[in-house]
Order: sequence, then structure tokens, then C-alpha cells
Amino acid sequence: MIRLPRNRAQARHGITRRRFVTTSSLACASLALNGCSALGGVKNISRRQEWGAADIVVERRPVGIEGRSCEAVTLNGSVPGPTLRYREGETATIRVQNRLDVDTSVHWHGLILPPNMDGVPGVSFRGIAPGETFTYHFPIRQSGTYWYHSHSGFQEQLGMFGALVIEPVENDPIESDVEHVVLLSDWTFEDPMRILARLKKKAGYYNFQKPTIAADGLGAILANRTTWGRMRMDPTDISDVTGASYTFLMNGMGPESNWTGLYEAGQTVRLRLVNAAAASYFDVSIPGLAMTVVQADGQNIEPVTVDELRISIAETYDVLVRPKENRAYTLFAESMDRSGYARGTLAPQMGMSAEIPLPRKRPLLGMQDMGMAGMASMNMAQAKSVIPGKGMGRMQEQSAISNTEIARKTTSGQKMSGTKVGHGKEIPTWAQPVPHNLDNHGPANTNIPDSTKGRLDQPGIGLDDAEHRVLVYTDLRRLVPADVQVEPEREIEMHLTGNMEKYIWGFDGKKYSESSEPVQFRYGERLRITFVNDTMMNHPIHLHGMWMELVNGAGKHQPRKHTVNVKPAERVSLDVTVDAIGKWAMHCHILYHMDSGMFRVVEVTESPQTEIDDVS
Amino acid sequence: MFRRCAGGILALNSLALLFGCGSQRGAMTRLDEIPRDPAVQTLSQTSALEKVEPDTSPPQTSLQFDSRVQEPANDWPLPVHDDGYFTFLRAEQLEYRLRDDGPDAARWETQGWFGTDYQKLWVKSEGEQSLRGQSEGEFEIQSLYSKLVAPFWDFQIGARYDRRWGPGPSKDRWFGVVGVQGFAPYEFETELALFVSEDADVSARLTATTDFLITQRLIMQPRLEAEVAVQDVAELQVGQGLNYLDMGLRFRYEIKREFAPYIGVNWKRSLGQTATLVQDDGGQVSNVAAVFGVTVWF
Repeated sequence: MIRLPRNRAQARHGITRRRFVTTSSLACASLALNGCSALGGVKNISRRQEWGAADIVVERRPVGIEGRSCEAVTLNGSVPGPTLRYREGETATIRVQNRLDVDTSVHWHGLILPPNMDGVPGVSFRGIAPGETFTYHFPIRQSGTYWYHSHSGFQEQLGMFGALVIEPVENDPIESDVEHVVLLSDWTFEDPMRILARLKKKAGYYNFQKPTIAADGLGAILANRTTWGRMRMDPTDISDVTGASYTFLMNGMGPESNWTGLYEAGQTVRLRLVNAAAASYFDVSIPGLAMTVVQADGQNIEPVTVDELRISIAETYDVLVRPKENRAYTLFAESMDRSGYARGTLAPQMGMSAEIPLPRKRPLLGMQDMGMAGMASMNMAQAKSVIPGKGMGRMQEQSAISNTEIARKTTSGQKMSGTKVGHGKEIPTWAQPVPHNLDNHGPANTNIPDSTKGRLDQPGIGLDDAEHRVLVYTDLRRLVPADVQVEPEREIEMHLTGNMEKYIWGFDGKKYSESSEPVQFRYGERLRITFVNDTMMNHPIHLHGMWMELVNGAGKHQPRKHTVNVKPAERVSLDVTVDAIGKWAMHCHILYHMDSGMFRVVEVTESPQTEIDDVS
Repeated sequence: MFRRCAGGILALNSLALLFGCGSQRGAMTRLDEIPRDPAVQTLSQTSALEKVEPDTSPPQTSLQFDSRVQEPANDWPLPVHDDGYFTFLRAEQLEYRLRDDGPDAARWETQGWFGTDYQKLWVKSEGEQSLRGQSEGEFEIQSLYSKLVAPFWDFQIGARYDRRWGPGPSKDRWFGVVGVQGFAPYEFETELALFVSEDADVSARLTATTDFLITQRLIMQPRLEAEVAVQDVAELQVGQGLNYLDMGLRFRYEIKREFAPYIGVNWKRSLGQTATLVQDDGGQVSNVAAVFGVTVWF
């Protein structure tokens, strides 16, 4: 199913995907329009173009979502936009014409490219004015599954996104017989600006899963008041915008429209999962099929077989599935807060469907998400002796077990000064709780955890008590290890902060508009960025222009990420080889958080003492 | 060096290409009936598509790949607009009061603000008007500058104007206001304000409400209002100390979050010296009313 690159097989015959790739000329972009939700039903069309550039027209057009007509910001007339296909080593020339009455932009999410091609208005370039055509022109120096989207206003929420697939220049170590791009998104019939205004006025506007007297009983409500209420927190505050407004889409199609991906029994199916949602995390599963995760954020990883995976906003995962029988399988992507789902079907022919899983009970935030001292500082040995708190014991127990496993995997070669506890097992460095510093970040931050720690071995809220296999960040190990494990020479700590009541989001208590200076990176340095999530929400943090290596204990195998999810009360470290001069965006990929201030500009400059030649 | 490329011949070139796309798209729609996986079908169906003239124009950019410099010009927009102004208007109470003793009354309590996350102009108004018999009522408006000073608290400073009419001459009065408004522990929406009248009389008022969700849309809201005065102000029926309590219990149903009809009960009572003054003027010391109305905001 998956081979290391060295072990190259001969070109296989009769596999359309392979032929498709080889026949596309080197300098040619192949454009495929798929999963198009235009009025009048399902379109699933594709084409190739024989010229050197791809043309993308950005236009507001009517589309149909679940049979309901609405207007979207379309790319070549469809939601999602065309799947762009390239081959590593090619040069992309993409003309984007703006037929909107406002500025637009296209950001190539996860691509390493020149700073002025990155597509962030005000950081990379001026933006694309109405009526203008902007030509993106950049070399493609990587392969894998990526995506692209608008970085202007709320256009991404309005449908302006598409998949970007890059075939490796050498044979793909991931072998499959058929592949499908699965773009997950969240559609709203409301004006996104109005959504933001409502959140500013009543942060729980879209939450219809709060604890109630009718559902939970008066006793629970009163108990809730003395614990969560005392801290002015809501244990059901998981997603800001929920299924109350969103229709969750798979390749632009709602659950009823049932996007279908075809396969034949015995084939290995590669699914290129992309979460293009503006504000929704998805838990993806295919009842009846195990998924082998082979790629994360476009980077090949050691295969991990799971039953379910959480795909954070802007992440991509490639999974292989092997349906043995000719029957329909439901591709189920439930939103993290359980307020809805996107759904499609894998089937041998069109028109089939399988049973849709019942929505699960909405999860509740726990003490761990608050970073409470008593819990977070509890180590494994203690966890086993302490009488579990309400609903907490199991979670602690579980994480303790996972910790043990991680500790066992840890090799002595890497920097892992773990703490010895219990039966001689170590808690890895990343999982050790660190007390919060004295800075309370001012009025823009409502929650200050007593301490934070890595939660890389936990699947996340709503999945922690799952009895099946769920992907965790400690599973991610680069397929081809790095040549050397470069230790960081400098560390910066950034706190993810927020005021849930006023709906203000930022870093270190400041919105973008309050941060005068860009975050300074030095060209050539190896930098460790540690994100500390002071809030009780998950935040997918995206760094433009450079890879972030997730410090998850995998040493030379630590995975490269363009977007990393930071759980509530979690601290996550990422190592960055600062190799791209220029200004880059770094932000939370929840669109409404970004537009409420959780955004920074990173400036990479040559420090006087650093010779460029020293850096490869 | 970075240059945007919109102009002249190049744009015409692109447009011509786009027309090319248009005609090609027409051809493609014939494939609509047979939706299949794009990766699988691409080769087999490409032949069905019209051939398009290859674009031989050079890359339309002067950009060098290793360009390391962006040159932000003054006309570049901000990447995010996180300091926008918002407007909020809410009528928490727009209600009819069916009183156990005395004429029925209409009552309103509204507030609104305009501003950013941190600084707002905040306007509050409340009042009551008798609906039967001799016209009797009161009205109050506050105009405040409001600043977020703590995670859950706004500090407010401004002016208040009161007017009271009914039997006897109308009375009005100006006050200076200093207060805090926010979300107190245990989830109480709280307003606490100190008032200094034009005659330097000092008083204070506390208002607190909290929501109990019976269902996701049916919400029980207890409300408490208490007033304290430092001096007696006989002409306005104000007695020293804790002189007024107003308690309500309302059940609203949020048809939309912004629109919720409600029913409830409201009890108010004058205390201490105020009670005596009210009594002397022939007023009611205590009053119970069934209330029904609507909460709206936008």
C-alpha cells in the first residue's frame, strides 16, 4: 500500500490516475472542475487545458445548496473551485480574474513560495481589485494535497476555495487505484458579516446545545451554575457558528445531495481530505472501513490505521481505504460540536447510499480544557491514585496510558528530558504542565489556565472516550526522516487569547490592530514557536511561507505542518527553519477569530551577523 | 521587484482566453448527466472537449522567484479588519403591566451602543406610562461613554436625565453617572451605577438579571433592581438608605434569538423613608403586576 520512495515500482498499467499524471505535460496545469454545486443539480465535470496557465474567474453567482438557491463567491462558476493539479518541479502560472465588486485574493495554502505570491492582501500584495487579473507565478517545489482560498473578507466562507493537488516528481510512495478529493466546508445562507456582528453581541447566539433544565435536570443546572457559571464559562461553547446556521458540505454538496465517489471492489481508494471550512472541525469516519492515514498537510507520514480522525480547519489528510465488497459506504464528517454533519458515499456506482450514523451526543468541555491546577499538574502516578472527578477520571486515565506509550516510543537520541514517574515511565517533555506566567493579557482575555501542557496524545473533545482508534498528533511521523535533528536556538512563546463574551480574539491579549510591530523571525535561524492556548476553544494556527515541525516526540520523524490545532489549555511547540525572507501571515484559521484579531504578520529579516550562504 | 499585472494587451489576452473557456464550458455541460470521479474520467472524456489554442504568451510578471522583498505601498489594505464599529439596540422590556391595584401601565427598558470592542457610546432609557386615568409616568435616559476595563466589565461615565409627571407638577433632574456594567460570576448580567444629582445628592442603583434555560428557547429570567440613597430628597420621594426594590420573573420564548415574547410577574416596593414619603403623597408603597411583552434586539 505504501512504499518508501527508494523502492520505486515500475509504472503500472491500466490505472487511470497514473496515466493521467504522466500524460500531462510538465509545464501544464490540469484543471478539473468537480463537485460543482450549480443551480439545477449536480455537476461533476472535468477538463484539461493545454496551455501553460490556469485561468480562474472569481464571480458572485447563484448556486444551489441542498436544493436551495443562494449566491456564492464562485471560482469558474462553482463551489468549490476547480481542483488544480500540478506536478512537483513545474512552474505554476495562474491568472485570477476578479469579477466581484470588491477586492479579492487567492492564497495557496501550505505552499512554499515567494512572499509576493502568497496572496494575503496587505502582507504579500495589494490584493486583486475589481476587474483586474492578477497572475500568480511560482515554482512548485513540493508535492501532496493542498488547497487554495480567498484571503479577503469573508469570501472563503462564501465558497471561494478549491483543492490543489501536486503529484510528486518521482513515483508516489502512496499507491492507489483511484482517488477522490474530499473538500469539507460549511455553508451559511446568512451574511457572514452579520454572523460576526451577532457573535459580538451575543457570543452564544448559534449554540442551541446549552445545558437546560428540561434536558439535564434542575440539579445539574444548579451544579453547573456553581462550577462553570462561577467562572462565567459555558461547557458547551465548542463552536461559535454551529449547525444552527451551517449546512455542512462535502465537495460543495450537502448531506441530502450525497456526493458520491466511485470505486470497484478490491481497489485501493485514496481520499484527499481537505477541511476548507470557515469555522468547523470535522470528525471523519467511514463505518465499515478502516482508514490508513498516509499524508498529513501534504506531507507523507508513516501509515497509521484509524477508524476516525479529526480534521482541523485548513488541515489536509490523505487516507487509503480498501473496500472489499461492492457496496456503498457512508463517508461521514460530523462537526466537532455534533450540531450537524457533512456526508457522502463511496460506492461502486452512482445513486447508492448506506446507513448514516446517528449524531452523537454533544460533548462537554472538561476541567482539563480549563487548565485547572489540580488537574493539569497531576502526573500519571497521581492520576491513578486520585478518585476521579466528575467525568474526568477516565480522561486522565486514558491520557496517562497514552503517555506511557509515547514514553516507550521515545528514543534516547533526542532531547527528551522526561520526568520519571510511576513504573519508570517518562512523561515526555511536551506533555509536562507549565504554569502560566504572571501576564493575564488584559481585558481581551477571559481565561487564564493555571498551567498548560501538551495534549498531543489526546484525540480531542468528544473523542477522548472513543473506543475505536482515533488519530492523535503523536501518530504523525514523517515517512522520510529529516537528515539531522536541528535543535532550536531560540524560542518564542505566543499565547492564544480571547474574550468569549465580547468576541475579541488575539495573541497575547492583543488584536492584530493593537499589535504595532510584526513578529520578528531571523533568517537562517532554527526557531521554536510555542503556542499556549489560554482559551477554552480549539484554534487551528496557520503559518504562511514556512513549515512548522510539530514537536511530538518523533525526533527526526517529527511531522511538518502548515496548520496546527492547539487544544484548549494546551501548549504546543513547533520548530521552524526560518528560510523564507519576507512578510508572512500567521493566524487562527477560524475565519471569525482571524477577523476578530487573531492574526499576526511575521517578518523574516536577515540579521546582520547571519550569512545567507550558511543557510541551506 | 513586484508589479501588478493588469493592463493592456495582457488583460485582453486573458479575456480572449476566458471567452475560450466560456465556449468550452458550453461543451462540457453535455457531460453533466454522467457525473463520475474527475480523476478517473479525465482522460477518457478529454477528447470530447474542444481544443483550446495554447497560450504562448510569456509569464505575465516581472517577478523573480527568489524575490525576497515585498514593498508594501501606502495603498495596501489591512490584512484583517478587527477594529470595526458595531451597533447594538435592545429593548429588554417592552411590556404591558396589569397591576393588582392601580391603573395598568406600559413600561420600557432599552439600551443600545455604538462602538468598537473596547470603547462605546452607550445609551440607556427606561420609563413607565399609566394607560388609564390621569396620565402619570416617569422617564429616564442615560448617555454614557463606556470602556472595556476588565475581561467582563465595562466602565461607564456620563449623564442621566429624569423626568416625572402625573398628579401635580412635572419634575425633572440631571445627574452625573459613574458605573460598571458587565457579567458577574455565577452569570449575572449586572449594572451598578452611582448617581450624583445637580443638587449633589448621591444615590446608587444595582440591576442584575440571570437566565435559566428551561429548554434551548424557553428561558426563565429573574431580575432584581435595588436603589440606595445617601441623603433624603423629600421632593422626589427619596429616603435615605435602601429605599427601593424591584423584582421580576419573566419567561421568554426565543422564536429567534432577537425576538422573544414573554410573560411574567413584577413586584416593586418602596422602603424606609421613601415608603413614608410615597404614602404621604397618596402613592402606592408596593405593587404587584402581571406583565407581558416582548424582548427584541438587533
